[in-house]
Amino acid sequence: MATTGSPTGPGAPIGAPTRISQGSQTKGGIGESTLRPDGVLKVTGEFAYSSDMWHEDMLWGHTLRSTVAHAEIRSIDTAEALATPGVYAVLTYDDLPTAVKNYGLEIQDTPVLAHGRVRHHGEPVALVAADHPETARRAAAKIRIDYAELPVVTDEASATAPGAPLIHENRDDHHIGHVAHPNIVHRQPIVRGDADAAAARADVIVSGDYVFGMQDQAFLGPESGLAVPAEDGGVDLYVATQWLHSDLRQIAPVLGLPEDKVRMTLSGVGGAFGGREDLSMQIHACLLALRTGKPVKIVYNRFESFFGHVHRHPAKLWYEHGATRDGKITHMKCRIVLDGGAYASASPAVVGNASSLSVGPYVIEDVDIEAIALYTNNPPCGAMRGFGAVQACFAYEAQMDKLAAALDMDPVEFRQLNAMEQGTLLPTGQRVDSPAPVAELLRRVKARPLPPEQQWLAAGEAADVRALPGGLSNTTHGEGVVRGVGYAVGIKNVGFSEGFDDYSTARVRLEVINGVPVAVVHTAMAEVGQGGVTVHAQIARTELGVTQVTIQPADTQVGSAGSTSASRQTYVTGGAVKHACENVREKVLEIGRRKFGTYHPAWATAELLLEGGKVVTDGGEVLADLVDVLEDEAVDLELEWRHRPTQPFDLRTGQGNGHVQYSFAAHRAVVEVDTELGLVKVIELAVAQDVGKALNPLSVLGQIQGGTIQGLGVAVMEEIIVDPKTAKVRNPSFTDYLIPTILDTPTIPVDVLELADAHAPYGLRGIGEAPTLSSTPAVLAAIRNATGLELNRTPVRPEHLTGT
Amino acid sequence: MDFLRPASWEEALAAKAEHPTAVPIAGGTDVMVEINFDHRRPEYLLDLNRIGELRDWVVGEENVELGASVPYTHIMEHLRAELPGLALASHTVASPQIRNRGGVGGNLGTASPAGDAHPALLAAGAEVEVESVRGARRIPIDAFYTGVKRNALAPDELIKSVHIKKADGPQQYSKVGTRNAMVIAVCAFGLALHPETRTVRTGIGSAAPTPVRARDAETFLNAALDEGGFWDSGKIITPSVAKQFADLVAGACNPIDDVRGTAKYRRHAVGIMARRQLGWTWEQYRTDGGGTGRTLEGAA
Repeated sequence: MATTGSPTGPGAPIGAPTRISQGSQTKGGIGESTLRPDGVLKVTGEFAYSSDMWHEDMLWGHTLRSTVAHAEIRSIDTAEALATPGVYAVLTYDDLPTAVKNYGLEIQDTPVLAHGRVRHHGEPVALVAADHPETARRAAAKIRIDYAELPVVTDEASATAPGAPLIHENRDDHHIGHVAHPNIVHRQPIVRGDADAAAARADVIVSGDYVFGMQDQAFLGPESGLAVPAEDGGVDLYVATQWLHSDLRQIAPVLGLPEDKVRMTLSGVGGAFGGREDLSMQIHACLLALRTGKPVKIVYNRFESFFGHVHRHPAKLWYEHGATRDGKITHMKCRIVLDGGAYASASPAVVGNASSLSVGPYVIEDVDIEAIALYTNNPPCGAMRGFGAVQACFAYEAQMDKLAAALDMDPVEFRQLNAMEQGTLLPTGQRVDSPAPVAELLRRVKARPLPPEQQWLAAGEAADVRALPGGLSNTTHGEGVVRGVGYAVGIKNVGFSEGFDDYSTARVRLEVINGVPVAVVHTAMAEVGQGGVTVHAQIARTELGVTQVTIQPADTQVGSAGSTSASRQTYVTGGAVKHACENVREKVLEIGRRKFGTYHPAWATAELLLEGGKVVTDGGEVLADLVDVLEDEAVDLELEWRHRPTQPFDLRTGQGNGHVQYSFAAHRAVVEVDTELGLVKVIELAVAQDVGKALNPLSVLGQIQGGTIQGLGVAVMEEIIVDPKTAKVRNPSFTDYLIPTILDTPTIPVDVLELADAHAPYGLRGIGEAPTLSSTPAVLAAIRNATGLELNRTPVRPEHLTGT
Repeated sequence: MDFLRPASWEEALAAKAEHPTAVPIAGGTDVMVEINFDHRRPEYLLDLNRIGELRDWVVGEENVELGASVPYTHIMEHLRAELPGLALASHTVASPQIRNRGGVGGNLGTASPAGDAHPALLAAGAEVEVESVRGARRIPIDAFYTGVKRNALAPDELIKSVHIKKADGPQQYSKVGTRNAMVIAVCAFGLALHPETRTVRTGIGSAAPTPVRARDAETFLNAALDEGGFWDSGKIITPSVAKQFADLVAGACNPIDDVRGTAKYRRHAVGIMARRQLGWTWEQYRTDGGGTGRTLEGAA
């Protein structure tokens, strides 16, 4: 006897009867912590990342990038580079083969190679292919570019000043009509109720200006791929990306090839976090391969990687909140200015998110919201885990603490008093129609016992510096160290929003191989580390009752899976796999009825399932072996699947059912701050998150821990520093762009809730991003609690804590 | 680029004499980064890894002679009692992998003001033994650093070893970075008490164009300890003396604003570290009776 299959329905009490199957159990289905198929390979260093690929006769591509942020290109002289022995090709803008010379996720404003002008530091200007990477680098250094530098635009004031240089002249994109200046990419206001009238009812009003620094995705596997020219004139591209079909849509027109002649295969991806949504070396490698007729590999090093992908938008945010004496928020006004840098990338969507989620997980009826993204000469910014919601959460959570302090209320109780719940109407007019346990998440993190005080003290021994700020750098033995505790909670949308047709495709095949039923799952889902390959196999086992599942490499031979971002893949491609499996199952049962229907009445009357390699009734009675049903027949279906449609936000009022699903997490941060040196040690980051349904509980924990640490990083160390005078990046290396090490990683106790969303497959909720949101403001709140400082910017640097 | 692989110290000296532009490489933790980033493209690399004696150390009566290539890991594991300040500094060097490869010779050769070993060497007192085909000489550590990433080596000389004074009293070392491990110094400070001579020595890292001692602070503290009879009485150093010492140490800094921190912060932080370390070392001196060779080592 075993329990298997679907869980108890949504809303059923704990202990309610579940279906009991008596046939046999299918192991490794959803809800189990099955192990990653690539886990051991990755841990032992044997996994082949895209940078590890090799091809006989391959050449190495190299990208020459601008050394200045904004300049006219007066001339490019490639003669000496071309004459270098071992060099096969040097390409510039003039060598692009078709009239399509730009690409872009939404707005095609990004030149494949710079044309007459560069708009940011590190913009690609020329390409070299050579028989050795060093030769390619040396040859690229011989390309002479005559730059005439132009004044740089680096913030809202300089971007919209009279006579400001236009980053993109003659814009004809669909946002230009509703922005006040051509250096504004997109603007999304949201107006609901009457914020001014509501402000008049407030007993306290708090406001603040907040600054969010530029964070890098810092994925460990830099951009890389291999383009192999094919005999049919097409190209096979092996690449680490987040969305094969989005890449394809942008690559093919530039190459002048139909999409079926650009065959893409996902190669080993070493992390993404949004940084692989935009193209990097894809078109460049294909151009060189098609030009030279040889396979071309391009691998960025870490330095180049900092210029090779977009970053998280730095932001300036102004917020005003009011509340009545009894702790009810009256209104919120905010203005969010995101720096999109030189090219649009995902800026419009980031604006939509920042705007629509700017209220946070709170009930506020009267709001006046505006979010914009700028064009500047700073590095282009786009998608990163949390996508616009991160910056807003940092600011509104600081505001919640300010409000609670102004009212002399407990910051958690104040938040709980205003927390949204299922049924809440958002400022966009969208009603939250699945569980939103905001108050409960806060209750859970608050209820945890605090870690012991002064953990560095051990009886009779010297201070254990590992438990102190500075760690083994031995900067304090307890002097100046003050503990602080802070809370934060956030709201993130799941899936692509604003009316985007956010579908996925799965092809599932069921057949008998060597006497064993095997399911083959083929999608174009980019496995970037999130664990989709594990979850898809679990779904196939649960739906098809087989143990053996083969996951095909992701490629463009199957329909689009959409992006591995927006916390969406388990929901959407998981949903597509489930949908395809259900249809395969129906086909299999049809075959079974045809062959065996006359032998048992249950074939016609009962609800039938596939479990343990058998067809069973919902009562658990075995009707047939799958092997006997299928024999040498294969059932093979490729199907698309969509979640509920969304709507665009009204450009004037921001009204619209813009989002698919919402995801919530809460954090409590405990920090020790060396108040004299301004150094911070985060001791504990407790999390509570609702995941709807944990398809793979171990993977869920990994996502929550990872998101939490990424949020910690931008709280205390991670920032790309751009010189405001030159718009040049000052720290493009892991020497000076610091990401947390294991010694910076606190204890992360995780509390997982599973409140099913009836609209989602298995009731699941996208989980990847929510923990990144509230981690940062919780750490900031804890540092404020320890120091009494206002701290309106993140990351916090020692200078900010010491007034130096 | 030619890769020279001398089998012996003599061959290495001959190669360096023949090719004075050759860049010596041992652990490679600095040189290879520079090459990978294309920051330098030496005509010759002089590989010192076949010369085993560079990885040896000898504990003598007064000094430890530390081979240029002795990895930091060995210093942490084997020389904590003799070289407590340098052992603490070694703990802060990069990652375990780098500490297994890198040694003090590399820090000295690069002579970056951010090198982790320098403040500890300055505070302990050391001489750098360098040699060429012309002969060997010892350069006092105070005279070794001649400018930003410049040292007193002649073009044909190689660093053979460092003669570091064995601790005769408590030593401390601290480094500020904005991460709790694996971080380049924003600034660093080392302090050594020398009860035998009744002196203190200091070392400042990353807060001036070169690693420097805070000589005015040393002079002040030496006098204050002497005049107050502190070395004999072991009484607690008055806060005003500690503060003045810290202020003088901060005053010895000549830092810059850069991507890792502001000049103002560096000066401030070095002062804080100086005051704390004076407290730690003096407390240990008082409670241990001083001069026993027992050291606290920061409990690392």
